[in-house]
Amino acid sequence: MALARRRLLSTALLTLAAAFLAMAAALPAAAQERFITIASTTSTEQSGLFAHILPIFKQQTGIEVRVVAVGTGQALAIARRGDADALLVHDRVGEDKFVAEGYGIDRRDVMYNDFVLIGPKSDPAKIKGTKDATAAFKKIAEAKAPFASRGDDSGTHRMELRFWKAAGVDVKGAGAGWYRELGSGMGPTLNTAAGMNAYVLSDRATWGNFKNRQNLEILVEGDPKLFNPYGSILVNPAKHPHVKAADAKKWHEWLTTEPGQKAIASFKIGGEQLFFPNAKAGS
Amino acid sequence: MEFSAAFRTALALILELDPTLLEIVQLSLSVSLSAVAIAALIGLPLGAAVALGRFPGRGAVIVLLNASMGLPPVVVGLVVYLALSRAGPLGEFGLLFTPRAMVVAQTILVLPIIAALSRQVVEDLWGEYAEQLRSLGAGRLRAIPTLLWDGRFSLLTAILAGFGRASAEVGAIIVVGGNIAGVTRTMTTAIALETSRGDLALALGLGIVLITLVALINAGAYLAGEVARQHAAAAP
Repeated sequence: MALARRRLLSTALLTLAAAFLAMAAALPAAAQERFITIASTTSTEQSGLFAHILPIFKQQTGIEVRVVAVGTGQALAIARRGDADALLVHDRVGEDKFVAEGYGIDRRDVMYNDFVLIGPKSDPAKIKGTKDATAAFKKIAEAKAPFASRGDDSGTHRMELRFWKAAGVDVKGAGAGWYRELGSGMGPTLNTAAGMNAYVLSDRATWGNFKNRQNLEILVEGDPKLFNPYGSILVNPAKHPHVKAADAKKWHEWLTTEPGQKAIASFKIGGEQLFFPNAKAGS
Repeated sequence: MEFSAAFRTALALILELDPTLLEIVQLSLSVSLSAVAIAALIGLPLGAAVALGRFPGRGAVIVLLNASMGLPPVVVGLVVYLALSRAGPLGEFGLLFTPRAMVVAQTILVLPIIAALSRQVVEDLWGEYAEQLRSLGAGRLRAIPTLLWDGRFSLLTAILAGFGRASAEVGAIIVVGGNIAGVTRTMTTAIALETSRGDLALALGLGIVLITLVALINAGAYLAGEVARQHAAAAP
């Protein structure tokens, strides 16, 4: 009797384990549907741009686009290893290097948004309304006002470092504690900046969609030096033969011609357009 | 204020049965439960074998198992990423950025917990019953199934500890899964995403939903254990 019950219980346990394993097997290794994987930046994902344009693309072509959203540095690394079919990133220097090294082909302009310099309403470095962004960076350094840096080798971080260089500020040697490298994505950096009332450089799209603003506001904007151009690159099938070259090419074409450009222009938050299409016709 | 908003968000999420949320919950549970099931199938016999086996370097194996309970998820994620990457040794299977890749990573995280804890449980039981088992003619190897069965209630706790690790973990799956909307987005990676978007109420709301789910599963396991215990006590 006890033995029978014991056998029953162990059978039940084994069945349960088998059921879990079956469930694991049912998880799709790669779904049957048609899809491509692109590596892109946190700003495009977190602003909601992809959620807006990908359904339009899927409806027009039947191709699903899976986005791995990371910093530009990591996105380039993922594509370099062949783990994505295409890239949509914003760091012209890194993009050109990626193509020059043979990992990518056919880099095209897609769109731009712009960066804004954000800081506490009290504005201890008195930069509000400054037209020249470089001058504003210089003032922040002179005031030794807290500045939150991404510090993660992203496109935004690389842009910020170019401003410090132009302003003649050596942030590596700053040492006084006002310059804080966070090593985080845009959103977490904004969260931290809000918490310590620091100045911070952000792309307008992430800021536009960011909810935890506390005392922060836009202080400097509109300087052409703050423009942030995005490029689309195909991963070179000669380097990584397994990439879905044909479907990735369809995406690349779509993004840089009228249907994709229209979709980008139609993305708005609170009535404000955040990304401005600028693909060259016939490129 | 933030907290009350979070509780309201959590309640709304649960009541609305938002299809996106259901999808995320389902993926989270199937990934974590699969990882725990695989880790238990390997970890329980492995732990018992280490408990009862006598071999050179056994002490080192035990220390290694115990230390591996603290494997940093993001490091495990990175190693699995490099292995599954197209440029890595297992690249041809195309597993990167899929739920299966997340199961692999979580299995590696959970396995040492189940193995190390069951090693201790079985070793204690052996200390208690060794003479009895020997007199019945059971050798160390033959004793493994018996001791695993006798220790089933303690081992259930070991499995639940493993499940706790898997369901709470974000560092490994965000690297190997890529947090792709609708494909590899789980509860924890969604919470990380909403936090970085500054939507703290939604992030915390999702957190409350996750904690509630984990509590329900643990309640289920507890009840199942109690029922089995009563049956065991009732049996002669």
